[in-house]
Amino acid sequence: PHALVFLEHRAGVIDSGSLSALTAAEQLGGQVSALVVGGSEHVQGVVDEVKKLKGVTSVLHSTSQQYTEPLPETLSPLLEKLLSDSPFTHVVSATSSTAKSLLPRVSARLDAPTVSDVTSLEHDAASGSTTFTRPIYAGNAIATVRAPAGIPIKFFTVRGTAFAPAVSQDSTADDKAVDPVEVADPVTQHLKTTIAKSDRPDLGVASRVVSGGRALKNAETFEKTLYPLADALGAAVGASRAAVDAGYADNSLQVGQTGKVVAPELYMAIGISGAIQHLAGMKDSKLIVAINKDADAPIFQVADVGLVADLFDAVPELTEKLKK
Amino acid sequence: MRPSAIQLLNILVPVKRSVDFAVKIRVNPQQTGIDTNVKHSMNPFDEIAVEEAVRLREKLKADVKLIKAITIGPPKASDTLRTALAMGADSAIHVEVPESSASPEPLAVAKTLRAVIDKHNASAKEAGDKFDLIILGKQAIDDDLGVTGQMLAGLLGWSQATFASKVEVDVGKNEAVVTREIDGGAEEVRCRLPLVVTTDLRLNEPRYASLPNIMKAKKKPIEKLSPADLGLDYTPQLETLKVSEPPKRVGGGKVASVDELLAKLKEAGIEAA
Repeated sequence: PHALVFLEHRAGVIDSGSLSALTAAEQLGGQVSALVVGGSEHVQGVVDEVKKLKGVTSVLHSTSQQYTEPLPETLSPLLEKLLSDSPFTHVVSATSSTAKSLLPRVSARLDAPTVSDVTSLEHDAASGSTTFTRPIYAGNAIATVRAPAGIPIKFFTVRGTAFAPAVSQDSTADDKAVDPVEVADPVTQHLKTTIAKSDRPDLGVASRVVSGGRALKNAETFEKTLYPLADALGAAVGASRAAVDAGYADNSLQVGQTGKVVAPELYMAIGISGAIQHLAGMKDSKLIVAINKDADAPIFQVADVGLVADLFDAVPELTEKLKK
Repeated sequence: MRPSAIQLLNILVPVKRSVDFAVKIRVNPQQTGIDTNVKHSMNPFDEIAVEEAVRLREKLKADVKLIKAITIGPPKASDTLRTALAMGADSAIHVEVPESSASPEPLAVAKTLRAVIDKHNASAKEAGDKFDLIILGKQAIDDDLGVTGQMLAGLLGWSQATFASKVEVDVGKNEAVVTREIDGGAEEVRCRLPLVVTTDLRLNEPRYASLPNIMKAKKKPIEKLSPADLGLDYTPQLETLKVSEPPKRVGGGKVASVDELLAKLKEAGIEAA
């Protein structure tokens, strides 16, 4: 097998989900080529880093002002060209908002499916088939699916928490520039990107997460109650859908079936009842701690440590005592 | 009189009948799938899609000429279409598959939608009759694949705006400005029509259909088609080998005080940073 990994970076900083995608690609048992695209100011720096990553056998890179913002409509022609008459057997990426938008578009144009959010895989080189597992129904069932040899290029996106990120090593892989496929008069134009700024660890990769739900009452009390605890623990902040919908927290902080999937060492669910859609995003965490007033809240069924208490008393007390 | 008939919006809203979001699903004993003898509803993201189409009409008035819903599913999926019609769609298409057959893969769904769109647009008498906006959910909450909209946009060669949290259509300019929820924040893109939009949670809050509208919906037309009518075959590309229960998490541990909670954290090696 020969995998092409769509490797993402934001302004030159490699996305951690892409590092997990590399690990998944390596598990196929063959060559792994990483594809780096972007504007001229960032590509070379990313390529130099990617060349050192474990499992990478070659790095392809394509530079164009059109690739500064990764729009599916402009990137799809490049991937289609790379994949036609190519040695590639798999196309791999993180389950990120960019790759989720791009891969299915490309795969459909090549008459192939995209298998989303893969948690394990096994490639049978003899038959040319690849078997994947992936969660369905908000993680309440696990499907095992096989992409048979009849699908010449198999597309899949990888759940970051299920594969360790690829690490740097001493060796370096070859790199090769690929001509961009410029799109004349693109149908879609990027206007702006707003990234929610935070000094705390990134939710997707943090080893500790403190999450809040609707019981936090409003945006102000959400901040006042949760942030000191998160800071005392060095944790990222997350939120339930209810808290995001109510405007207590930014949508990028949502943990769940349709938000971020996290699996930290410690997950603290504060004032979160534990709808199945929320559990889907955090139930693989190592240690789950729940604080909730309602003793019957479903969150307590998955929590290792549950405390039935008013969060407005318990959380400040916990924060103070932790700091001592 | 409007200056040109070109500036009219025809919206297609694909919807899926899926297991209701509140149902706790169970894997069947044969491990081939889940017990489907449970409550079904319209996929919540598709409800948001129907709502958005109806809101566009409320805002743009006569500029929205047609809102058509479409589903691919067993006979019972017509209930899902009736819901869309009661919410405000004008008419619907039901591509019917047997009760016993698995739901088609996303690529087959995308091909079905393309076939319907191509057929409709080829028979359009004037440009103002063509489908130029497709709004659908970003994912179905059953298979959680989240790929159909992007596949459709790819097959059609149209612009796409996934995970939309705000859609502003300018019919005169033939474009839409869409805010998308992306990792870490939001992104704004300007898309030329025709366009495929996939909906995220915060695009809108779907309405409940009123009783008079539910009654009216019963009289709205539903066209029935078979996959063969569209020259399609739903043989899957992927083989589902097994559907199993996820490993059970043994929770339920409780402590009585913050001090006990702290002791548990300490036991797990967790201290202040």
